[in-house]
Amino acid sequence: MRKVYSKIESISGNVITVTAEGVNYNDLAVVTSAHGESLANVIRMNGESVSLQVFSGGRGVSTGDEVRFLGHPMQVSFSENLLGRIFTGSGIPRDNGPALTDNMIEIGGPSVNPAKRIIPRNMIRTGIPMIDVFNSLVESQKLPIFSVSGEPYNELLARIAMQAEVDMIILGGMGLKYDDYLYFKETLEEGGAMSRTIFFVHTAADPIVECLLVPDMSLAVAERFALEGKKVLVLLTDMTNFADAMKEIAITMEQVPSNRGYPGDLYSQLASRYEKAVDFEGAGSITILAVTTMPGDDVTHPVPDNTGYITEGQYYLRNGRIEPFGSLSRLKQMVNKDSREDHRALMDGMIKLYAAYKESLEKKSMGFRMSEWDDKLLKYGDLFENQMMDLSVNISLEEALNSGWKILADSFTPEETGLRTELINSFWPKERILEKESN
Amino acid sequence: MAKNVGKIVGINGNMVSVETDGQVSLNEVGYILVGEQKLKAEVIRITGKRLELQVFEATSGIGIGNTVELTGDLLTVELGPGLLTQIYDGLQNPLPELAEQCGFFLQRGIYLSALPRKTEWDFTPSVIIGDTVTNGDALGTVPEGKFDHRIMVPFGLKGNYRVKEIKSPGKYTVDTEMAVVEDENGKTHSLSMMFNWPVKRAITSYAERLKPVKPMISKIRIVDTFLPVSLGGTYCIPGPFGAGKTVLQQVTSKHAEVDIVIIAACGERAGEVVETLKEFPELIDPQTGKSLMERTIIICNTSSMPVAAREASVYTAVTLAEYYRQMGLNILLLADSTSRWAQAMREMSGRLEEIPGEEAFPAYLESVIASFYERAGLVRLRTGEFGSVTIGGTVSPAGGNFEEPVTQATLKVVGAFHGLSRERSDARKYPAIHPLESWSKYSSIIDSNKVEYARDVLFRGNEVGQMMKVVGEEGTSIDDFLIYLKADFLDYVYLQQNSFDPVDAAVSVERQEYLFDILLDVLSGKFNLETKSDARQFFNRLRQSFLDFNGSEWQSDDFKKLEKNILEMINDKKIGKLEDTGIFQKV
Ligand SMILES: Nc1ncnc2c1ncn2[C@@H]1O[C@H](COP(=O)(O)OP(=O)(O)OP(=O)(O)O)[C@@H](O)[C@H]1O
Ligand SMILES: [Mg+2]
Repeated sequence: MRKVYSKIESISGNVITVTAEGVNYNDLAVVTSAHGESLANVIRMNGESVSLQVFSGGRGVSTGDEVRFLGHPMQVSFSENLLGRIFTGSGIPRDNGPALTDNMIEIGGPSVNPAKRIIPRNMIRTGIPMIDVFNSLVESQKLPIFSVSGEPYNELLARIAMQAEVDMIILGGMGLKYDDYLYFKETLEEGGAMSRTIFFVHTAADPIVECLLVPDMSLAVAERFALEGKKVLVLLTDMTNFADAMKEIAITMEQVPSNRGYPGDLYSQLASRYEKAVDFEGAGSITILAVTTMPGDDVTHPVPDNTGYITEGQYYLRNGRIEPFGSLSRLKQMVNKDSREDHRALMDGMIKLYAAYKESLEKKSMGFRMSEWDDKLLKYGDLFENQMMDLSVNISLEEALNSGWKILADSFTPEETGLRTELINSFWPKERILEKESN
Repeated sequence: MAKNVGKIVGINGNMVSVETDGQVSLNEVGYILVGEQKLKAEVIRITGKRLELQVFEATSGIGIGNTVELTGDLLTVELGPGLLTQIYDGLQNPLPELAEQCGFFLQRGIYLSALPRKTEWDFTPSVIIGDTVTNGDALGTVPEGKFDHRIMVPFGLKGNYRVKEIKSPGKYTVDTEMAVVEDENGKTHSLSMMFNWPVKRAITSYAERLKPVKPMISKIRIVDTFLPVSLGGTYCIPGPFGAGKTVLQQVTSKHAEVDIVIIAACGERAGEVVETLKEFPELIDPQTGKSLMERTIIICNTSSMPVAAREASVYTAVTLAEYYRQMGLNILLLADSTSRWAQAMREMSGRLEEIPGEEAFPAYLESVIASFYERAGLVRLRTGEFGSVTIGGTVSPAGGNFEEPVTQATLKVVGAFHGLSRERSDARKYPAIHPLESWSKYSSIIDSNKVEYARDVLFRGNEVGQMMKVVGEEGTSIDDFLIYLKADFLDYVYLQQNSFDPVDAAVSVERQEYLFDILLDVLSGKFNLETKSDARQFFNRLRQSFLDFNGSEWQSDDFKKLEKNILEMINDKKIGKLEDTGIFQKV
């Protein structure tokens, strides 16, 4: 039986300090107050003075409350029983199911030895042309969705979750609006995907420390499933809330802030989570898609900025569409050479023409006269936006490529596309050629 | 082998506080005992009996009162044959062997020998009994790949020593006693093929340091011609995320004309190291016909590995570079990214509660960065041979803004600045080095007058481009418009280079000179182009042919055909030279 301490010396924000012996760094404790029990973990030790962050927050904790150390760091249960279940950031059931305590595993474990990693090689098809054709998602990739509040980023995540060819989904919600939480739940239930999904959800109303635990809980579980051969897709939303929670604790601990109040280790903290994305040779994989809202739509804000330095590209979601410019999948070249022979060329060619369309559009808005070429580009841009960029479009990669050729043929002559002759010969829609000849 | 022990009295993240009664030195290594494990740490502050140590591992599970064994030794690396081809973590643990032992995950507290102990090396002595030697002198050599690896007197042995015993030619392992030497006081020292050296101390067993003069050929046109780096020089590559810092270093690590490349992957993505790791053994080094891995060492402390070891990793890398320099070789050290190393310093400084400087970086940031780059250099060895360490570091500025402490501190000490621009990378103009904002203090492979002329065209073309945004093409004179087209042409066919094209990826000096002369002919030419649309069409066609030309094998039939075609195209429209071309014309 471990010793119970009943004198809390200081309470500041979500951090309490007790005098205790025989405690180890990062250990877990149970704090019992009038409002019930909460977990807490050790974040600093100085002599016998031990500081802990209380998962349910410092509010309502009194100096006479009990602190009982458990002698181990934070853990989560790992088994098939997790599937279909919904938990809080500290692993307590949010649904009406039983608490799970079998096979407890530690969270925030060591990183994968770089020498054991392999080069990513499989595309994850999503049915979204702006992803599949232009910035393919690759198994084991870590990729953020940069967006601003009000954009349908959670709808996008839910849709990818429903359609992606993966074995299971782990949703980590941080500061999620309750409605959004229900939306995810309903969408996955309706789509029949709930039985291969696990939720770790911290909603905006929940204590802030639990928000900090969500990525580690989600990824620790993902890692075990991946080692057992599962292709796991981890969806995290919103990582900016996670960073803000870190900021709050750092300020309580009187750490010197580095940039707009964020702690100096923001990069390392984010990286240690994102780097959990991996493809295990001979087993499964973890792919991470993470919403990062940009305060003030500013990509140089510390959270999106540090994220960009860590992840393997990014999708910009703006005006309800994935932007072709700025969005980048750094791993796409690993997979788009083997998909279909016209994939790369069509991807490049269509983007170049879309850039030219943007220029024509600008000229038009400045009142310059439109040439015949400008008019063609304007038509093309319209088709492109409606048939490729619109998020309601839901087609396979092959259909999307065919649709791309059709858009080109509706707008241009073959020579105007700048595409190689062999490709034109094999892929230019046949009826167009006949039409042209008969004209 | 503890010299001295202490007890843990405080823990804060990856820093522990320790109390001890014994004697301690700064940067001494200590091991924290946690259950069965021993965690490596380094003393970073001493105040009376209280020490602060940065721990090179996760600190979970450490308790107050735990024992710390202080070794009395500084943080060192092992030097000797067998370093090449290795993949180490920041503390010189060989990662593949670690993987064999521990599987998928890194396990804390496991430290393996850096140099293989079982490999036998074919030793040829170069001294005889009775010879006098001092630190850095060769006792003999062993072949390591294509190099004669020198077995040297350890750099710490100051003064003269007499060789008392030396092994005869034959095969030996690194830890065999190879020689016995006697100092001036008659004390004997046993020497093997390997010894340890503290990573934070520069190796200075040479005759003198010289000014870097010879270019380090990177085979990247914009670098070699416009923004050169010399052997023994330093340069930095700052740029926002995704601008191409890593790709630029990867290309350089493949093609640079140096003897050895040391890649320090410092706090960046593990996946990028994996690319190098899987690719290099398959690639052939054109200079030797052997696998590229044979001239490479990778020090890899990626972003999710312990932060304190990230700081150590750049020092580990530069120490290995200096070691090979002692053999008369040219070494290129590429560090990606030095900002992560600076951030590791910042984290520790915060825990030490030091007074923070700008953006919370410690006040000593500048001097630490300066002394790191100072370890580069061209030296003359005591044997009369030359050796060099060239250092290129990427910088990842917050928000892509170069006005931040790490970029600024770095710019003060390096000899060349290759600044990547978001605008260029967004426009897919790779390598996205900004040609006008970047600079170099080293000399180009091409005559400086010619380079200046081309740079001037770029500069003026840029000005015209800016103006055209306001007044439109209509408001621009045909002469100005031609300057704009020429600058654009130079950018497309020379500054931009396709790193993924087998031919264009690496361009020899000979070819750069050749190409540059044709280019100058265009830049300095007066053309019979009356209208803007004629001019645009002409340059578009010329550009297309040039891009094909760049993709053709040097001096192949294709190359000659395309060249002939290009020259015809130019001569067809060219009607003389502009007046301002005097500065580069040979008399
Ligand atoms: N020379 C090049 N040619 C073609 N594409 C390039 C080139 N350089 C960069 N890219 C493209 O840009 C992407 C990002 O490049 P890179 O990884 O080098 O950026 P970085 O500056 O190192 O970014 P970070 O700071 O986030 O590490 C690459 O994945 C590639 O798609
Ligand atoms: Mg990089």
